[in-house]
Amino acid sequence: MKPILEIKSVTKKFRLLHEQQPYLSLRDSLMKLFKRNGSTQEEFLALDNVSFNVMPGDSIGIIGKNGAGKSTLLKVLSQITPPSEGRIIVRGRIASLLEVGTGFHLELTGRENVYFNGSILGMKRAEITRKFDEIVDFSGTEKFLDTPLKHFSTGMQLRLAFSVAAFLDPEILVIDEVLAVGDAEFQKKCLGKMEDIGRTGRTILFVSHNMGSVAQLCPKSILLEKGRILSEGRTEQVIDKYIHESRLSGDTYSNAEPHPGQDIRIASVFLSDPEGNQKNYFTTKEPVILNFRLAIMHHEEEYSLFVTILNKFKNPVFTAETKITGEEYRLKIHDNFLTDGIYSIAAVVHIVPYKRSDAVNDICTFQVSDQDSAMMIYNNSNYFYGSVFGNYSWLD
Amino acid sequence: MIEYEIRPERKFSFGFAELRRHSELLYFFTWRDIKVKYKQAALGVLWAIFQPLLMMVIFSFAFRRFITINDTVPYPFFAFSGLILWSVFSSGITGSGNSMVQNANIIKKIYFPRLIIPFSAILVAVFDFLMTLPVLAAMMIYYGISPEWSNSWMLPVALLQTLLATLGPGCLLAALNVKYRDFRYIVPFLVQFLLFATPVIYPENQISQRWIQELLAVNPVSGAISLFRAFLTGVAPDPVLCTISAVSTVIFFFAGIYYFRKTESYFADLA
Repeated sequence: MKPILEIKSVTKKFRLLHEQQPYLSLRDSLMKLFKRNGSTQEEFLALDNVSFNVMPGDSIGIIGKNGAGKSTLLKVLSQITPPSEGRIIVRGRIASLLEVGTGFHLELTGRENVYFNGSILGMKRAEITRKFDEIVDFSGTEKFLDTPLKHFSTGMQLRLAFSVAAFLDPEILVIDEVLAVGDAEFQKKCLGKMEDIGRTGRTILFVSHNMGSVAQLCPKSILLEKGRILSEGRTEQVIDKYIHESRLSGDTYSNAEPHPGQDIRIASVFLSDPEGNQKNYFTTKEPVILNFRLAIMHHEEEYSLFVTILNKFKNPVFTAETKITGEEYRLKIHDNFLTDGIYSIAAVVHIVPYKRSDAVNDICTFQVSDQDSAMMIYNNSNYFYGSVFGNYSWLD
Repeated sequence: MIEYEIRPERKFSFGFAELRRHSELLYFFTWRDIKVKYKQAALGVLWAIFQPLLMMVIFSFAFRRFITINDTVPYPFFAFSGLILWSVFSSGITGSGNSMVQNANIIKKIYFPRLIIPFSAILVAVFDFLMTLPVLAAMMIYYGISPEWSNSWMLPVALLQTLLATLGPGCLLAALNVKYRDFRYIVPFLVQFLLFATPVIYPENQISQRWIQELLAVNPVSGAISLFRAFLTGVAPDPVLCTISAVSTVIFFFAGIYYFRKTESYFADLA
């Protein structure tokens, strides 16, 4: 069987213009005629010699940090922007969902938008008519179909948009972060729909920051960094590699050397699941276990272990304290407590009330990734809603 | 099974075959633009009629004294017949000139033949033109003008020429506007200027010097308007001027689309 996609040494260069606007003005071009070497242009490699093959029916996740080239790769694949070098052989129709609701117009009704949007995504009119009821049904917006889109709530707009996209019928589906829409329930529905699409033998390329959804949807993944492929293979391994690269995996602490005169020190710290398997990557639905091993030289005084969880801004989230009686301590952070994000640990052992004996700061970086929390929709927004899920209820 | 290659520099083609495959999308873009254009206006499509009608009234008052036309053709009819074809050109190039920038969010997210966007903007202008035809017919009945049927071949030629004359500069401006936003300011000025350089509101024989007539005939719509009027009123068009205009139309058409196709792959990076 021939690969459905052959990506051969694809490179994409961007010129960084030193002016803020991405477009040129006539004045700049005219000025350039007179000014030699005047404006400096930097080249930036968004994709650097990327090659891989995709077999029909594969679901491939593309992961990497912001700016790693994921979106550029998808744009090149969907012919939105041409590669600077290299070539891609495509054996099938590609539909790309780089953003749901592209081309949605607020003045048009829901029905009209379904037709227009479906058409830009590559559906024929007859095809849209045939699937229309299913699309509307999936989105759950039947009642408002003949209302202009501007009267829809944002959530409804996104649901309608995703629904149109979900009923596309291409051989290759290219998806960029579309799961970041709607409420948790709708996201789950979307993920389910995508799994169905994958099962029908369609080829999927899926970019996401959410390791959980990549792992759920794609058996294989590619890790990009600075435009290059860093790792390629089974998703779990690639995610491990990603976490390792992000200084997350195996980020444990150990200190065998006692300082002179130290009565007690922190010998090792690592994170694990409840069974004690070391890991640094958790979902919001899993508890995080902190494992401390202390080395006690003198056992005369009253010691205390003081542990602070730091968020990505290195601000304390909370602190736990315990009196030291033995050498091993395990602290369990309950599931559904820490929100999506990167955390690390600071710990101090001290003699009560406060005489510091040993301290570590910003160790054991770990990631918690959101799985179906109510806050999930806000993870990609710029709004930082906090490090913990609140313990609250709304009163009547 | 479809198999194709994505390469840095594709071989140049005008891409008309691909455009034909996506004709439904062209329809949808045009349909959307027409819907959106008239949806919120209380008078809706009537605006398409009012605009040339009002211009006709204004020009009739302003120029009636200065312009003498063949006695069989009343000036209001002369002006209106020119203005409706002129509006296809003027609103066509204005619309298509802005179209790529207006649809930047779509261009950056989805691939389809880019020519669809300026083309559909022009089809919106054609739609407006069709809406004004009943008014034109009413005026012919009112003034008792009957078309010159022996010139009937000129009608399709005039319409096709208008379309090509709008498509070429329209696509050129659409592409230039992506790269140089200056054209946003140039286009309205250009359209206004060209109105006076086209025999829309005055007959070309008002210009005494022959070389100026010939120069103005480079304006691609001028020939189309002459042919259109020749069919409606039977006033014989000037063959030399019409030929100049037709050649200019073809050159503009291919040059505009050539430039557009040459630069379109980078629209998503610039827009």
